[in-house]
Amino acid sequence: MGRPVAIIGSAQTNHGKRFDVTYPELVKEAVDAVFEKTGISPDDIEGVVSGTMPSMMEGVALTHFYFAEVLRSVGKPILKTETCGSTGISLAFTGYYWVASGMADLILVVGSEKMNEGDSQATMTTVLEPFYQRSFIAGAPGVFSMQSQEWSVKFGIPEEKVRAAATRLSVDHHNDAFDNPHAHIKKRLTEEEVNTARIITYPVRLWDVCPNSDGACAMIFASEAMAKKLGLKAAWVKGIGYSGEEYWFGDSEKAIWQCAIDASRQAYDMAGIKNPRKELDVAEVYNPFTFQELLYYECFGFCDFGEACDLTLKGTFSREGELPCDPSGGTLCSNPIGATGLNRAAEAALQVTGQAGDHQIPGAKLSLAHAMGGVDQFNGVMILGSEK
Amino acid sequence: MENVIRLPHKYAAGQTFARFYNGLKESKIYGTSCPACDKVFVPARSFCPSCLTNLSDWVEVSQEGEVVSWTYSNKEFFGMPGKPPVVIALIRLDGTDCDFLHLIGGINKDDPDTVKSSIKKGTRVRAAWNDDKIGHMLDIKCFEPVS
Repeated sequence: MGRPVAIIGSAQTNHGKRFDVTYPELVKEAVDAVFEKTGISPDDIEGVVSGTMPSMMEGVALTHFYFAEVLRSVGKPILKTETCGSTGISLAFTGYYWVASGMADLILVVGSEKMNEGDSQATMTTVLEPFYQRSFIAGAPGVFSMQSQEWSVKFGIPEEKVRAAATRLSVDHHNDAFDNPHAHIKKRLTEEEVNTARIITYPVRLWDVCPNSDGACAMIFASEAMAKKLGLKAAWVKGIGYSGEEYWFGDSEKAIWQCAIDASRQAYDMAGIKNPRKELDVAEVYNPFTFQELLYYECFGFCDFGEACDLTLKGTFSREGELPCDPSGGTLCSNPIGATGLNRAAEAALQVTGQAGDHQIPGAKLSLAHAMGGVDQFNGVMILGSEK
Repeated sequence: MENVIRLPHKYAAGQTFARFYNGLKESKIYGTSCPACDKVFVPARSFCPSCLTNLSDWVEVSQEGEVVSWTYSNKEFFGMPGKPPVVIALIRLDGTDCDFLHLIGGINKDDPDTVKSSIKKGTRVRAAWNDDKIGHMLDIKCFEPVS
């Protein structure tokens, strides 16, 4: 166990189609904003962590070099962290490790993505095994649709009920996004619009899927001594967990999804959480697909397996529910992939420091941030608290 | 500004994958088995994903199995084999211990409801082969429900 670590500031760009700026300019927006919000001088930062999806998405290889100036990393150590969709949460882990190890007291962490300039589906297809599997996957949605079907059949959940719960999440999150100034897709949807939207990969329909977003997120990690010295509101890292599975899709079960279960339990154990639904005040669950959000509720122990649809329809996970999930609109409404997991941590930190604005969950003291990466391969969970 | 980056790539198949591909040319599906884990992997792997033992026990596996999960798309995606609509499935071939990813064919694919009436978890399917074989996963045209 390392030293206590706090997140003492974060800044997100507006996410969306950001053709108004170059990629380094987009990153600069987030980095400049975090220094402005915290009053910290870039000179005091001891090291920088940067991350994005694979270079094929970016059109420029080794983006942390491309961003050297705007990351304020000239003359400093820089680390790149890249774990596909979980890149953002892995970035937060890297900042945490750096400070927890005692090797630094103040670290800048930046995640970013420009998804609208290249071919995001093609890039994601190249994550798959090239000899046997790549031909047979319809980008990311194909993988997650098969996972969803595996889960609903295994637990005997009627298709109509799964559809209804997924629709509830879609309608709610697209509404929630109106309260998040940085969200990409904000839309008042009717249930019928969601239920009859065009099919992407069955059973996933258009409003069950996240958008391609451009955006960046910057975050500052500090040691206890540095956090006290700076006197900023702190979200303390109470627990972290990360777990992975075999590379080949089809080698392991994805309904009872062991790496999601293990990542959450590692984080709960470290944070001393026994009953996550009761103890957590808010969760930023990685939800690029509505169906997957339901599955995560079960894998994270928010409810038993097979229960997520019923509880979702009862409102247990809505803004006013027992455990509000993704009050920011989540990944479903904004997915600049390399920043997305860091956005989850930023939102979770804003909640426990009372700074989430119009989507603040009143009195939130303990929150969960999460992201997933690869072909259903890796999950990372971070628990943040208002007290050390 | 537009910029096209072309990066043609030649992947070394290695001896195991090459032998598997040669099997496809003869309408055979080969797996390798791990004696330590007592598992059969298909397509053939050169090492066991669980215990990392190098695998050298070859088995010709069944061309029949059961659908584990499936999805349907009527939109063209990058790298999609053929034209939409397509049905992709995880298939557990008889006697093997991992799922085999391939296409479902021989059914009406007009819309998901008609697909649902033809396949679900547990539906028995069998490999259908192309006449011309080049040593590629698509030498297997698709898997079709066993009537």
